Amino acid sequence: MSKKITIDPVTRVEGHGKVTIYLDEDNNVKESRLHIVEFRGFERFIQGRPYWEAPVLVQRLCGICPVSHHLAAAKAIDVIVGAGTGDGLTPTADKMRRLMHYGQIFQSHVLHFFHLASPDLLFGLDAVPEIRNIIGIAKENKHLAVMGIMMRKYGQEIIKATSGKKIHGTGAIPGGINKHLTITERDSFLNGKEGQNIDQMIAWSIEALDFLKEYHKNNKSFIDTFASFPSNHLSIVRDDGAMDLYHGKIRAVDTNGKVVINGIDYQNYTDIIVEGVKKWTYMKFPYLKDLGKEKGWYRVGPLARMNTCDFIPSELAQKEFEVFKHYTKGKPNNSTMHYHWARLIEVLHAAEMMKELLNDPDILTGELVIKGKKQYEGVGVIEAPRGTLFHHYKIDNNDQITMANLIVSTTNNNDPMNMAVNAAAKEMMNGQAQITEPMMNAVEVAIRAYDPCLSCATHALGQMPLELTLKDINNNIIDKKRT
Amino acid sequence: MKTIKILIYAFGNPGRMDDGLGCAFVNALKKWVVQQNLAGYEFDCNYQLNIEDAYSISQKDLVIFVDASMEDIESFVLTKVDESSDISFTSHEASPGYIYYLCMELFNKTPVTYLLHLKGYKWLFQERLSQKAKTNLENALDFMKKELMTKENLISDFQNTILN
Repeated sequence: MSKKITIDPVTRVEGHGKVTIYLDEDNNVKESRLHIVEFRGFERFIQGRPYWEAPVLVQRLCGICPVSHHLAAAKAIDVIVGAGTGDGLTPTADKMRRLMHYGQIFQSHVLHFFHLASPDLLFGLDAVPEIRNIIGIAKENKHLAVMGIMMRKYGQEIIKATSGKKIHGTGAIPGGINKHLTITERDSFLNGKEGQNIDQMIAWSIEALDFLKEYHKNNKSFIDTFASFPSNHLSIVRDDGAMDLYHGKIRAVDTNGKVVINGIDYQNYTDIIVEGVKKWTYMKFPYLKDLGKEKGWYRVGPLARMNTCDFIPSELAQKEFEVFKHYTKGKPNNSTMHYHWARLIEVLHAAEMMKELLNDPDILTGELVIKGKKQYEGVGVIEAPRGTLFHHYKIDNNDQITMANLIVSTTNNNDPMNMAVNAAAKEMMNGQAQITEPMMNAVEVAIRAYDPCLSCATHALGQMPLELTLKDINNNIIDKKRT
Repeated sequence: MKTIKILIYAFGNPGRMDDGLGCAFVNALKKWVVQQNLAGYEFDCNYQLNIEDAYSISQKDLVIFVDASMEDIESFVLTKVDESSDISFTSHEASPGYIYYLCMELFNKTPVTYLLHLKGYKWLFQERLSQKAKTNLENALDFMKKELMTKENLISDFQNTILN
């Protein structure tokens, strides 16, 4: 008789989800599913609103990554106001938006690593839940916990200074940005006291990377193989192949590193990406049209970006990128737990980019907005912390939005997350008929590596509970736990 | 005499009707503080509390968190936040007790901290307060203005679990 396990809720992910694991007659894992049970509401709610409201409205999808939605929507609306496709803005607008974006990347990655992921690394999969959190980190490694808090604070302050406020920021507007940075703000970010300056952020980013590399050295097998599997990888990259988290063209590589998609203008993303659906979840399953549903699914996010780009255009992060690439002898890295390594390289890159932008006089002065001939459709794409984020809008003659389609990073990673859950479940649960705490945490660790935001993925407006259920072949529940 | 450093910090989503009670409270109180020319105040609003707020409150003598509430209360309630408070947290939601606990653990500071619960009723996807929530907001503002005029009492009365 086959059986089914459900994990609900999955903890320390952004939002909530539910995992079901189906066992066969011998209690071996047959299939695993990550379910999201909320409906996709946001794309519908935004219809009928004036297009210029989109960059502010869509932020309300999520309290964790509002900046990413704000900027992706703004890039789409840039197209609609005739301001070009991401590279047509004034230098001031482009650089202020980039500064906002790198602040977001920095704070989001830091929150994920220090707050959500590091407890697993410091305490292990089988540690009791009571200590697998930042309070446990605070007791075990106070410096690490303080570092995480101060780094996140810095990123949040950059966002506040560039977007105007913490809630419903209005910085990015159709065709540009609505403010410069003041000299006082700039100087504070460059030379702030109590560690709140960019050089300290760079130093701490390196320290965080060293912490992870040391952990990797001592836990090679777990980090290299846990929940790993081959896949395609997708992101935007700059025309010269550099990592560019704000703007670029779509590139995808297969598991061997062969470039299968390259130089695609994201205005034409529907030519290459299809959103598949499955009966058991509201989350869609995007895949590359040319490769088909079975072979065309791909990973996005920090790991994918390391695999798609040719180099990182900042000195210290490039050195770390070379070490990262050398580890897999230049081939794509398919180790799920290496997401954390890649994420911390991006933290360093974001810090370096913020320093470069803060020292650029264009952020203090210059034209803020340009406009051109109105269009009726626009697509904005950005590399959000969790991966490639698509916003697509159509408007009518009354300037009202008639269609909105959002493919968020977590949706792009839907197939890979299900694969990771399945791999972790096979590793931990084969032959077991009951759920134990380490089993539950192992499945969660696999999901957490992707830093999923389930609120964003379903575009939900409310909370989403999530659980782990074990079912037999006849769909009977044989064990169920909530964490 | 040393100026008491005060942080009034609201959290919630103004895009969800009465969930914006906290921010509305902060905006109104900020105007009053400017009119009264009072020193030592800092105001903040955010969608939710997060780990960096532990550092922010560590720099203050008196902290008042403000949040919309679905609890079974009349209009508003002011409760203390201390080491015995709920320290629940997810990445989308951190309790004031959790922030206080982090502040204590990481920065060795124990600012006098309260949570002002403002009763809300409607949580639709609109940016406005319900009529009943507006009444509660006004009641809470009247109460807190009086309390803040004698803020030394707020600090000395900290042992009282419920003030109103």
